[in-house]
Amino acid sequence: MADFIQTLVTALAVGSLYALIALGYTMVYGILKFINFAHSDIVVLGAWISFTLSRFILTRLGGDLAAAPPWWVGLVVLASAMAACGLIGFTIERLAYRPLRRAPRINVLITAIGVSLFLQNFGQLPFIFGASPQRMPELLPNRELLRLTFGDPAGEVVVIGLVDAVIFVTAGVLMLALETLVFRTRLGTAMRAVSFNTDIAALMGIPVDRIISFTFVLGSALAAAAGFLYAMRYPGLNQPADAIWVLLGLKAFVAAVIGGIGNVRGAVLGGFLIAFVEQFGAFYASSNYRDVYVFALLIVVLLVRPTGLLGSPLAEKV
Amino acid sequence: VTVSAPGKTADPAATSGRLRPLQVAWNSSWPLAAGIAVALLVDGLLPGAVGPYYSRIALDAGIAMTMALSLNIVNGMTGQFSIGHAGFMALGGYTAGLLTYYGSLWLWGSTARHGGAFGAGEWLFAASCLAAALVAAGAGYAVGLPSLRLRGDYLAIVTLGFGEIVRVILQQTNPVIRDAESLRNAAWNQLIPPPVGGSLGFVGLPKYTNLFWVYAFLAVTAVAAYRLKNSSLGRAMISVREDEIAAQAVGVNVTRQKVRAFVLAAAFAGIGGSLFAHESAVIITPRDAGFQRSFDYVIMTVLGGRGSITGVMVAATVLIALPEFLRDFEQYRLVVFALVLIVMMLVRPEGLFGVHEVWELWARRRRRGKKTNA
Repeated sequence: MADFIQTLVTALAVGSLYALIALGYTMVYGILKFINFAHSDIVVLGAWISFTLSRFILTRLGGDLAAAPPWWVGLVVLASAMAACGLIGFTIERLAYRPLRRAPRINVLITAIGVSLFLQNFGQLPFIFGASPQRMPELLPNRELLRLTFGDPAGEVVVIGLVDAVIFVTAGVLMLALETLVFRTRLGTAMRAVSFNTDIAALMGIPVDRIISFTFVLGSALAAAAGFLYAMRYPGLNQPADAIWVLLGLKAFVAAVIGGIGNVRGAVLGGFLIAFVEQFGAFYASSNYRDVYVFALLIVVLLVRPTGLLGSPLAEKV
Repeated sequence: VTVSAPGKTADPAATSGRLRPLQVAWNSSWPLAAGIAVALLVDGLLPGAVGPYYSRIALDAGIAMTMALSLNIVNGMTGQFSIGHAGFMALGGYTAGLLTYYGSLWLWGSTARHGGAFGAGEWLFAASCLAAALVAAGAGYAVGLPSLRLRGDYLAIVTLGFGEIVRVILQQTNPVIRDAESLRNAAWNQLIPPPVGGSLGFVGLPKYTNLFWVYAFLAVTAVAAYRLKNSSLGRAMISVREDEIAAQAVGVNVTRQKVRAFVLAAAFAGIGGSLFAHESAVIITPRDAGFQRSFDYVIMTVLGGRGSITGVMVAATVLIALPEFLRDFEQYRLVVFALVLIVMMLVRPEGLFGVHEVWELWARRRRRGKKTNA
């Protein structure tokens, strides 16, 4: 029982990371209908910018990296990483994707792969982040928030860490904010209109290009937040071109597809779903095959419901 | 909608209806024979002429060309987007390695090279290459049949996932069994999952790959690809690339064409993997199934021109040779490649050669020149 709840806690924390990344994939796909392969690299940049910034701030504060930093450092780092990645996302869309607006989808896909390779290897240059792993400073004390005991006599223990709780709450707040933005504001209505039909949205006077730029900024900011939270939970930061990042992005994309790509709520659902499958599979079956479970789930979902769990069936336009 | 059919449309045999079987056999066999003759020449003359360093680059380029050409059947001719090609390659490499390594142990009691040129060992290797092609093709069928009903970008993700699954599964295999004695005494749990080295890679394979085998198999791949491109089968594939709905409307079974292309490509990738695994100073590891290697081949097909066989070959050679000359700029290599890829898509999305072969470009330029003269 305690094992079950402990796994559940981990899955909720990891799932909220997947969900945050999946949102970026799904929003871009909803509007431009292509897989933004460079999205996972924005997550990497988010993590590495957070690392650089927090080290910078902490050394300025007194040079003692071991001491617990003030509470606001995390917020400042999160906000600046989101802003920086938003700007990067905007630039990428402007320079690489916008000229290809009318090109075949496959060309855009290849460009996205090119952008992804570029970001990975550019980030790894010695004067940017370097090609060796680093350790993220602890912005939050790594302590228990809650300790639940089970059994009689109380023997089994479930520990809820502060970091996990913060990840879950931060991600939840961001997702609620996005939900409000997309479904309750004029800007969100415009985004949904562009996603529904770009040409008609343009005829209705919606500035399509501006909306697309905004979508990229939004998605990249969420990715940066995910990168920051990821670095908090797994402080050993792998080098920017490490395969582990691509795998992270891939799983998040799988989450978006499983939930129904283009559907904002589906991305969140898919993110938690694959985290559950991964964590419970790793715990109860074998942790060696945790990536296999995720992709197997993807293939099953695609075969049974090709549009994803919450996706609406789409007729091919001739 | 125009379905472009590259190549000679004025082929008398094509216009007069059915091709005679003899002519079909001739059209395929003379380029193949020529290719194998070239392979013999390359193997005999190149090492003496340019030394071991450049021969090695030629060897790597030959394998890369085989891989890029096979991927081109799916990505170039059929217009699908597979980014898990290295998965098939690794599968083929491991299959062939399993056969040559344990076959040598069983037959000759040692895993060293056996026999000289065209000796028994080399024929075991050639047969293993074909077995690798079969296994990889089977995997291609198993992956392709369910997933090719999906639209393009979903296929990309499924193939990417496939490569990753192959990588993870290969990591869970047993350690390699060192000698014939322990092989005979091996318990079942040492043999299943197969003893191919786990994450350390398949160490100790006999090194049979040489310039002859690489260029002979490259000749087979290239001739098959070229004949395919100009056949009715290939045109059906090209019609799928140009417009799926229009192709369906004129009676092309779209899913079947995609599965065919996928299976063919996987088979040749299996051969490429076998050549790679038996190359000297190379240890095939599960990492070779990962997406980074797949991306390399995708870049080659994109730069060469989707559907152009010679174009892809040129691009593969350039992309293999270039880093060798840019050793000092190792860390900038991938940055530059990525930029080239992006700029290429923005400026010349059809690739260096588009759908044309190298000699077609030359002929077209000459025709244009003549017109201006007259």
